[in-house]
Amino acid sequence: MSELKLMKGNEALAEAAIRAGVDAYFGYPITPQSEVIEYLMTERPELRTGMVVLQAESEVAAINMVYGAASTGKKVMTSSSSPGISLKQEGISYMAGAELPAVIVNVVRGGPGLGTIQPSQADYFQSVKGGGHGDYKLYVLAPASVQEMSDFVTDAFDIAFKYRAPVLILSDGLIGQMMEKVVLKDQVERISDKDLIKMNGYWATTGKKDRERNIITSLDLQSEKMEARVHRLQKKYVKMELEDLRYETIDCEDADYLIVAYGSSARISQKAVELARKKGIKVGLLRPITLFPFPKKQLFDLANQVKGILSVELNAGQMVEDVKLAVEHKVPVEHFGRTGGIIHTPEEVLEALEQKIINHGHFRHHKTRESSIL
Amino acid sequence: MDILDIIKPENQVFCKTKLMTDTALSYCPGCGHGTAHNLTMEVIDEMGIVEDTIGVAPVGCSVLAYDFMNIDMTQAAHGRAPAVATGIIRTWPEKYVFTYQGDGDLAAIGTAETIHACNRGENIVIIFINNGIYGMTGGQMAPTTLEGMHTSTSPYGREIKNMGSPLKITELIANLPGVYYVTRQSVHTHKHVRKAKKAIRTAFENTRLKKGLSFVEIVSNCNSGWKMTPNEANIWMEENMFSYFPLGDIKVDGKLK
Amino acid sequence: MAKVRGAIVVQTETCKGCEVCIPVCPEKVIGMSTDVNRKGFHFAYMDHPEDCTGCTNCGLVCPDRAISVYRVKTSE
Repeated sequence: MSELKLMKGNEALAEAAIRAGVDAYFGYPITPQSEVIEYLMTERPELRTGMVVLQAESEVAAINMVYGAASTGKKVMTSSSSPGISLKQEGISYMAGAELPAVIVNVVRGGPGLGTIQPSQADYFQSVKGGGHGDYKLYVLAPASVQEMSDFVTDAFDIAFKYRAPVLILSDGLIGQMMEKVVLKDQVERISDKDLIKMNGYWATTGKKDRERNIITSLDLQSEKMEARVHRLQKKYVKMELEDLRYETIDCEDADYLIVAYGSSARISQKAVELARKKGIKVGLLRPITLFPFPKKQLFDLANQVKGILSVELNAGQMVEDVKLAVEHKVPVEHFGRTGGIIHTPEEVLEALEQKIINHGHFRHHKTRESSIL
Repeated sequence: MDILDIIKPENQVFCKTKLMTDTALSYCPGCGHGTAHNLTMEVIDEMGIVEDTIGVAPVGCSVLAYDFMNIDMTQAAHGRAPAVATGIIRTWPEKYVFTYQGDGDLAAIGTAETIHACNRGENIVIIFINNGIYGMTGGQMAPTTLEGMHTSTSPYGREIKNMGSPLKITELIANLPGVYYVTRQSVHTHKHVRKAKKAIRTAFENTRLKKGLSFVEIVSNCNSGWKMTPNEANIWMEENMFSYFPLGDIKVDGKLK
Repeated sequence: MAKVRGAIVVQTETCKGCEVCIPVCPEKVIGMSTDVNRKGFHFAYMDHPEDCTGCTNCGLVCPDRAISVYRVKTSE
């Protein structure tokens, strides 16, 4: 039966993986998400469900172990943080190209480079604009709580197997490290090898038996075949946008201004909305839950209602570009966000909203974007 | 006796295994890759384990191995085959999993994956084709390129002081306890082919007995890369490659020879 | 005493004319054709078919498995 617990985000994610019937987890230590593999190693899920947990020699090896197990149709995942996710990009691109289902978790930390171990949302571009080489995208889920960090494991695998594609859970150090109440799902049995072959044996490399051989590859040296493969991938992304877009709106019905924020920034912005409304400023919040697919239409519609939009992200301004694209210049769109691992406060968010949007005069066409730093 | 009488089906004593497809091999004339492919498939066929065998193809000349090997195969990123194989064997412990890799794949970019898969003693077979060059990309220097050997990236011959000595990766991993069987073979004459096939058979039998990792290096020729005819290359290989990479068993039943 | 006769069948379109089979034939049976296959390769053939013993050496070393080998005991 489902259980209520007080858990760290990273640990809730690990427990959720066991309960979701995941077959294998391949990881590597990196702050701020080492608790995922530590929890799994302590919990020894091989005794509970038979789930394999292995620490690889590098993030590169780990993602390729995921690739191997995923090519046989098993439910496989890995987790890491920013620098480690950069190392995995080639493997992720291969999995997108070879059409392999798997879940990758990025508990984002400050970058670029070794950066810092404090939270950040500076991997937005890397996450939604492909990250690796080639024409592919990742379905990206952005949890804003320990509960979502846990629930999204099941959701991510559903999408991964629905589309036979790698799925990214984009969390951050804040959510990974904080403790919150979480309702854990019931245990889902791992799929038996026999059932797996029945379900996925037509494509997965489970051993050539009573069928032609299966080949998992992302290589097509004949351009026409490669183009067909690329088009097949793009069709998935269109379908994702039509069927699996997820977002949340808070207090938008009467909003004069809008904040767009995901993950931990959405939590902080919710408080900013409260503070604003206390001052009589009607602000609403749009929280993308999937970063790809992105709630473009919803933003386009809200832009007819509000006078300005602030994209609040723990980075130097990334999602703001997608907000601008969606809004198509109908209203001013600005960005606010602390970086370097500093978490902006609700008060700072409200102040930025007032300075950059509300008190900044009405309509400024073609004004060069004023970065939040300069 | 007329030849037509001799070549009756019942008199056939040798032919291509059905575990090799009819796709024409992409390899250069006389390249050892083809023979190594055939031996691997013949062993899998003779052991009757095709239903439980999963191969991992590398990036390199044999990147298209799955077009020729009529078994389930997955294609790994360059150098990552041992990690891909680890992912498979850990989730399917009863399967036969092998990687088929070249020297650039296994001993350059994939060194860490090779060493750690070996060190973990994964119950897999690694078939390592060492022809001392990057063939697919047009003949560049590889970790096992011999001193003085001319390649497109060592046009004046490999210099030890500049690029270090050819890497004896096989001797390196032989010292890892997780590795059960290590041998170095070749496939350029019938005698060597028979020995190489026996070695590959031993490797897969080790998998069946869950003995840990079996590592079969096959020193082979690269005619286009070395710019020699196949027979010249095989003679050059005997005189030069074998002296640096001596053939024979290096570790048997977990014990160094 | 029973004499063993052998013969090989070369898939002429598969053969790439690499000649690796030639030095391993103990009876020097194999030669290279003067004409070429569709890909422009000269292909192996039994130059001295009467000497073939069906020992399979050539078959073993052929990278492209273009050679099938046959052997039969004869009463001659």
